[in-house]
Amino acid sequence: MGAILLKAEGITKTFPGVKALSNVNFNLQRGEIHSLMGENGAGKSTLIKVLTGVHEKNGGTFYLEGEKIEPASPEEAQRLGISTVYQEINLCENLSVAENIFIGREPMKKGRIDWKEINRRAKKVLLERLNINIDVTKILSSYSTAIQQMVAIARAVDISSGVLILDEPTSSLDKNEVKQLFDVMRSLKNEGMGIIFVSHFLDQIFEITDKITVLRNGEFIGEYETKTISRTELVSKMIGREWGEDSRQDHKKIRQISEKVFVDASSLGRQGTINPFNLSLRQGEVLGLAGLLGSGRTEVAKLIFGIEKADEGMMSIDNEAIRSMNPKVAVDKGLSFCPEDRKVEGIVNDLTIRENIILGLQAKRGLFKYIPMKEQKEIAQKYIDLLRIKTPSMEQKIDNLSGGNQQKVILARWLATDPKLLILDEPTRGIDIGSKREIRKLILDLAAEGITILFISSELEEVIACCDRVIVLRDRNIIGELQGDEMSESKIMDMIAKEAESNESIPV
Amino acid sequence: MKREKFGIKENHIFIIATMALIVLLYGYGSIAFAGFFSTQVFLNLFIDNAYLIIVATGMAFVIITGGIDLSVGALVALISMVSASLLEAGLNGFVVMALSLLIGIAFGAFQGYFIYRFDLHPWIVTLAGMFLARGASFLISTDSIVITNETYSAISQAKVYLFGDHYISIGAVVAIIVVAIAIYIAKWTRFGRNVYAIGGNVKSAGLMGLPVKRTTILVYVFSGFCSALGGVVFTLYMLSGYGLHLLGMEMDAIAACVIGGILLTGGFGYLIGPTLGVMSMGIIQTIIMFQGTLSSWWTKIAVGFLLFVFILLQRLIVMKRRKRNVIRLKKVRNNVKVQSPSQSVSSEYK
Repeated sequence: MGAILLKAEGITKTFPGVKALSNVNFNLQRGEIHSLMGENGAGKSTLIKVLTGVHEKNGGTFYLEGEKIEPASPEEAQRLGISTVYQEINLCENLSVAENIFIGREPMKKGRIDWKEINRRAKKVLLERLNINIDVTKILSSYSTAIQQMVAIARAVDISSGVLILDEPTSSLDKNEVKQLFDVMRSLKNEGMGIIFVSHFLDQIFEITDKITVLRNGEFIGEYETKTISRTELVSKMIGREWGEDSRQDHKKIRQISEKVFVDASSLGRQGTINPFNLSLRQGEVLGLAGLLGSGRTEVAKLIFGIEKADEGMMSIDNEAIRSMNPKVAVDKGLSFCPEDRKVEGIVNDLTIRENIILGLQAKRGLFKYIPMKEQKEIAQKYIDLLRIKTPSMEQKIDNLSGGNQQKVILARWLATDPKLLILDEPTRGIDIGSKREIRKLILDLAAEGITILFISSELEEVIACCDRVIVLRDRNIIGELQGDEMSESKIMDMIAKEAESNESIPV
Repeated sequence: MKREKFGIKENHIFIIATMALIVLLYGYGSIAFAGFFSTQVFLNLFIDNAYLIIVATGMAFVIITGGIDLSVGALVALISMVSASLLEAGLNGFVVMALSLLIGIAFGAFQGYFIYRFDLHPWIVTLAGMFLARGASFLISTDSIVITNETYSAISQAKVYLFGDHYISIGAVVAIIVVAIAIYIAKWTRFGRNVYAIGGNVKSAGLMGLPVKRTTILVYVFSGFCSALGGVVFTLYMLSGYGLHLLGMEMDAIAACVIGGILLTGGFGYLIGPTLGVMSMGIIQTIIMFQGTLSSWWTKIAVGFLLFVFILLQRLIVMKRRKRNVIRLKKVRNNVKVQSPSQSVSSEYK
């Protein structure tokens, strides 16, 4: 371990209405791999974006080798020696590997680009720094994501020898590729670079990093030595609940669930997204999916709803085998899906509340079948009352509603289609506590009416409060199931934290 | 020199296809019609299409960035009109040429600025530019103006003898120089490479710190300049200015680019392509002329047909490229990493 390379002190960043970072500290040393951890919305990306000049910060100071820096753009950060490799590879697929490494700073000879030199140096960088031997004159798209990722890293390390930020570089790599990336990271570390590594995979964090900084809700929770912190401890720091402490005092009544299986998936999987899993949803139950972000919770739901195509396994709904699942079939079969990111995948900004509610029904009935305005109004009013959507009128643009109410509108959209199975992916994310409680209550009410619900949430407390059964995921695998009284936050955390292969025991 | 080693190899397919087409068409003409197989007939392709080669070459840069320039045909007409009226007013021929080029540069810069600054679709901005330029030419005069200026007439009639009594016009010489410069820019300058990068992925280009703004504007400036230069060459060729000149010529330029292997999606293509495209179209026209009985509109039908074939060809190659195996890292022991081109991978790795 060397001297402090990068120091962030009291970094604060507010977006309209949200405090994304408040008073965050971060220290990176030379020759260190340092992980930023936290659940979604914890502020990891924001911190990186502020550091690399994508966003402007509202307070605090960055020091690079003791000197104050204020990068205002990614280029400027790059010039200072801070380069970033993003999850989605930011290179040009139509150019050669060598050109991707050198574009914008091509070596020139007699006023023209020296292609020989570019190719020679690109080959050298890849071989010496990253230990990869490939034909650098081939276009980038001839290579796999893993190699493209390496090329992006090659560009980054060739530009700077200071700070390297890897933002979820492993999410699209397979095991072997991850191993090679780690080899590269280790050798860069030995060269004295400081590496900031963001990943959702706990196993990877414990394998490669030296230190971990945990953020939660935009706040600095602590900096820990990877060697000394236990998985359980780390998970509880991220989730924000002490291990062993249970919020659920009043035990919910254990409901009698029918044995009838509504959706049955057997070894359903998709390469690179989610490993094959078995899952059966019984009629009328509330099944929770718990796990950290990136564990495969959303992917399970997307596969069931047919948004992503499974490439292996089988699935049946109501005892009827479904050959190829897609959202249309899903809706026909009575499935409905409230996606995770309502801003992007859910609401249609420019339409009114009524129109947003009717959308799902319209799609189900057929796009050219007109639904009379009177009926539309009745339906909209029914759900506005039922879900207590706070709005002066149903003709209000949905954009004007608060997050919680927007979420209710989306819920209404699906309820209007009279679903048998409701998939809710993080329905309470980013909404205030009051609305959260209302939505939870609504889920229980719906379940009482006999609707089957698949419930995904990062908040364990919520999962336990709502669900009859919880399935726990880690690193794209289902690792366990808890039912009734077995369900507790500490048990779930325990399962999430346990090491995948070595089954390291955790002191209880 | 192993030139092709640096290039985008897939694109050779398009260039080879176009060249094969030229040879085929030319071969057919030579067999079918007496007098077709002559050097002068071939050189006339350059003389008659010099302006189109220049304009299409400018257009190619725009298309490679992923944009489009619909204003080129109207701009050529406007230049012909401006030149004719200024010459009629007694201005010096060379001054008129210089002014013409300045108009083109200003026009292109204006369009480019709008497209970048307000993030507008180039299609709509240059469509507006097209109407503006076309309308402006009628503002000068609704009639055709004949050019009698001595400088223009002299240049127009000048013959550059290549060998024997085979010659090309000054316009054709200019076209060849423009193409040579364009090839150089595309391959050997940072500007040229930035054009390809932006066409490949504009967001990445920005994050890699490339001057996206400057490059985008410059590309339209270059296209404007080429249109103006094409306008001057065309004016020399016709020796008249008329607002109705070259209606729909922008589409010929785009067609030439596509036939020459410039992908409309941006990021791919060689700068020799547009010239080859123009030549293919020129040969078809010559064949129809030699044939004698067919109406000249058959040229359009043939070009339309060709376009379909070429677009389909490009699409198929792009689709195949998506499906083909990518090169992945081999499972390694120790430190030796080798590529293995044979391992296949499912399509989500693209």
